[in-house]
Amino acid sequence: MSRRERAVDALVVGAGPAGLAAAAELAAGGAGEVEVLDHAPGPGGLPLHLTHRGFGPRRSPLGGPAYVRPLVRAALEAGAALRPRVLATGSPAPGTVDVTHPGGLERITARAVVLATGARERPRGARLIPGTRPEGVLTAGELLRSVRLHHRPAGRRAVVAGTGPGALAAVRALREAGADVVALVTGHPEAPLLPPRLRVPVLTSAAVAEVTGADGLSGVLVTGPGAAVRRLDCDTLVLTGEGVPECELARLAGAALDPATRGPAVDTALRTSLAGVFAAGDVLRGGGDAPGAAAEGRHAARSALRHLAGGGRPAGLLRLDAVAPLEWITPGLLPVPGEPPPRGRFTLSVSRRVDGPVLLAEQDGRPLGRWPLPHTALPGRPLHLYGMPFAAADPLGGPVRVRIGRTSFPAGPSRG
Amino acid sequence: MSVTRTGALPGTLHDVAVVGAGVVGTAIARELARHRLTVALLDAADDVGTGTSKANTAILHTGFDATPGTLEARLVREGHRRLSAYAAECGIPLEGVGALLVAWDEEQRAALPRLAAKAAAGGHREPRLIGPEALRRAEPHLAPGALAALEVPGESVICPWTTTLAYATQAVRAGTGLHLRCLVTGVTDRGDHHELATGRGPLRARYLVNAAGLHADTLDALLGHRDFTVAPRRGQLLVHDGAARPLVRHILLPVPTARSKGVLIAPTVHGKVLLGPTAEDVDDRRATGSTAEGIEALRAAGRRILPALGEEEVTAVYAGLRAATEHPDYRIRCHRDQRYAAVGSIRSTGLSASLAIAAYVAEALGDAGLDLGPARDLPPVVMPNIGEAAPRPYQRGDLIAADPAYGTVLCACERVTEGEIRDALHSTVPPATLAGLRRRTRARAGRCQGFSCGPAVRAAFDAYRGTRPGPGAAEAGER
Ligand SMILES: Cc1cc2nc3c(=O)[nH]c(=O)nc-3n(C[C@H](O)[C@H](O)[C@H](O)COP(=O)(O)OP(=O)(O)OC[C@H]3O[C@@H](n4cnc5c(N)ncnc54)[C@H](O)[C@@H]3O)c2cc1C
Ligand SMILES: Cc1cc2nc3c(=O)[nH]c(=O)nc-3n(C[C@H](O)[C@H](O)[C@H](O)COP(=O)(O)OP(=O)(O)OC[C@H]3O[C@@H](n4cnc5c(N)ncnc54)[C@H](O)[C@@H]3O)c2cc1C
Repeated sequence: MSRRERAVDALVVGAGPAGLAAAAELAAGGAGEVEVLDHAPGPGGLPLHLTHRGFGPRRSPLGGPAYVRPLVRAALEAGAALRPRVLATGSPAPGTVDVTHPGGLERITARAVVLATGARERPRGARLIPGTRPEGVLTAGELLRSVRLHHRPAGRRAVVAGTGPGALAAVRALREAGADVVALVTGHPEAPLLPPRLRVPVLTSAAVAEVTGADGLSGVLVTGPGAAVRRLDCDTLVLTGEGVPECELARLAGAALDPATRGPAVDTALRTSLAGVFAAGDVLRGGGDAPGAAAEGRHAARSALRHLAGGGRPAGLLRLDAVAPLEWITPGLLPVPGEPPPRGRFTLSVSRRVDGPVLLAEQDGRPLGRWPLPHTALPGRPLHLYGMPFAAADPLGGPVRVRIGRTSFPAGPSRG
Repeated sequence: MSVTRTGALPGTLHDVAVVGAGVVGTAIARELARHRLTVALLDAADDVGTGTSKANTAILHTGFDATPGTLEARLVREGHRRLSAYAAECGIPLEGVGALLVAWDEEQRAALPRLAAKAAAGGHREPRLIGPEALRRAEPHLAPGALAALEVPGESVICPWTTTLAYATQAVRAGTGLHLRCLVTGVTDRGDHHELATGRGPLRARYLVNAAGLHADTLDALLGHRDFTVAPRRGQLLVHDGAARPLVRHILLPVPTARSKGVLIAPTVHGKVLLGPTAEDVDDRRATGSTAEGIEALRAAGRRILPALGEEEVTAVYAGLRAATEHPDYRIRCHRDQRYAAVGSIRSTGLSASLAIAAYVAEALGDAGLDLGPARDLPPVVMPNIGEAAPRPYQRGDLIAADPAYGTVLCACERVTEGEIRDALHSTVPPATLAGLRRRTRARAGRCQGFSCGPAVRAAFDAYRGTRPGPGAAEAGER
């Protein structure tokens, strides 16, 4: 098999916000030859296909393409090479990546690799929703691309599962395409606050339990709350909100996975278990937002620059274990000696609502700290823990267990 | 050579009409095409192989566990030999991974020697017993507690979609008329020929073959027979993402006991892992939906066999219906006076036996008076490779150098290139839908199910649909 062998200094896989930001930082920081691969026809990652105004500054959010344009420009100006239509297909050794592109096959070896391969929304099969297999069931990502970029019709009556930003973007796109949104279905007990323009019926504590229809979707059965079962006639079902790390390449390279996030396990410097291989963005936990991904990309790049300059691996690693109802904490490993996480904070996720939440950490039965949170903890909303909260952990001790509890009085202004 | 989906059917008198273009009907049409006969192959659906033939466990069985002396035992055994050779010739993805019947309790362990003896009685001498240590070496991810296994070397996994397509392609190239969207609703005997009433008008044929699978009894009744009644038995299956493929090396079969049938775990030639099937009697012949109970039962059974499988993402859940009947064996009947053959009760081994069933039916038609004439070897076809065991186009620098479309990956999860999508739409039996494209290329059959590639794949499908191949050969396409 004829593979062209090439070497670069730093290789970034994925040209989304995380990969672009990493490339700009690497090139500007003197990494040498920096290359970014993406199998899509152009750089930008997911936001390139998401035209809704939800990106960047909260007060004046941008459409996805407008949001990523400066990231693309910054990477190019810093001297990184952006290579579209290049798919990374394997990694025979850490630091080596096999690719396919219209010009042929290559084996690229790099002194530092940043994996920024993003996430996908969990599709119907993986959600184990029973029933028939008609056309018309799709994820928000596919819907938005299909409607906005390929100008395809979206059906007439749609049901949307989920209530996060993806669901709202889906409602907007469906409406624009002339579809009637019959209902939002959410497992949460409360309806989300919908902007007035997006008012649609919301079924809470409910779930799509079955799909019906032979060739095309004819409807869905929704269960809940409680024992209620109802049938909603629809020709489109949009599934949103459950993200899965796109970590095939990390696994092929042999990187250890974090059992809680199912993304590559990383420490606060975003080092994976493989020397010289870093990971950033949605691949770490299957979701997030674009600015957060970009910040992680820069953070990983700074670690990669230290690695390129001869910096060593940490002397040890402490594991952070999230205890239910916490689902995960990222980064999930603490290097010894400690280093700050991206944006100076850890991100956590909770599987059910907790009012007046407080985070608690302990190691080998010894309390390490107690941190009340300012807002109610809700599923699907990231929680943040700032600073170097685990500094008191014993570097030779066992894993640090992180729990969520309730303060006896509501958190808020009274917090000392 | 023709494939039609609309319009009136040819008015000529055919030698044979085959109703049903599943793996059995296409194999029969291909076999008849070896004799210089005019054959029409009809199916109600918009593609070949959309019935049970697309939704099974994709195992090429040796027949080691069939009841010795039955027609099924004989045809599966012969079908295994024939299809193994045919797959090699046509490039149908096939992996001879072998099977292990794993015993988890004393009752199951005690059953293994009996199964080996039964296999030997049927002429299968290869199966052998292995102990727990050898089993652990063979399958390191197996749950603790496995006591022993029966190893069956010849059991293979095969691509059911390519198999049916290869038969259809060869038949059509040899002159068979394949008429799709063509539901047969009536049969009238016109003395020396049958006149079939179809949704697309009449079709005349001297001989008639009923390969209608789940509906074979309905068609049989149109000819006045009540030889068998189809009682569909549903099998639900879960497909796991390729990340799970390293967890299993063999087909892991359950040991059948009086108390339970159990489920199997099998690698697929597409690099995924199957878990299933369930066995549920259903009334409705269209009940190919999955159920919450079925999925839950499979997940639980899967975790007991291969705990790590439960951690992996599922890419698809599907169900197929076995065309079971009141007969414990295949029911293939040739009615000489009616110039008619019915192929019934091909329950759970039809893929494996397909080529042998076809030879058997052709011979039976010959005995019934059809002048078969001399057989010829059909020009071989080479099907596009969608299996993992041989290099796929995205891995072949030579192909990409000749045609960059083979380096343009549109479906990233499954590594399907624009060149392959184009070739599928230019093939002898082109797809009519995205589902048909998936069965030919694997496009959108992966873990993202279209999240990232869906619209691009659809755009390519639309762009190449109805276009003709340009100058120069499509190197990786069907040849
Ligand atoms: C429906 C929806 C709506 C959203 N709305 C918003 C919003 O309003 N605001 C917001 O901030 N965020 C939003 N997000 C989230 C946001 O898009 C992501 O957080 C962000 O894009 C993550 O950036 P990333 O660089 O980690 O990954 P991505 O942007 O997903 O980029 C990953 C890139 O890697 C490439 N890639 C993957 N594997 C390979 C490989 N093997 N070889 C080559 N290339 C590869 C992919 O092609 C992709 O371009 C939304 C997400 C969805 C699904
Ligand atoms: C869960 C499951 C697992 C299985 N696993 C295996 C396995 O591992 N190995 C194996 O060898 N076998 C397996 N089988 C069995 C195998 O799939 C079947 O035996 C085989 O597919 C039967 O093929 P067929 O052509 O007879 O039927 P089908 O594929 O169902 O084809 C019949 C065709 O007839 C058409 N038709 C019916 N009525 C009419 C009409 N009136 N007019 C026009 N067209 C009509 C239908 O549209 C259909 O396309 C399995 C089956 C199931 C359900």
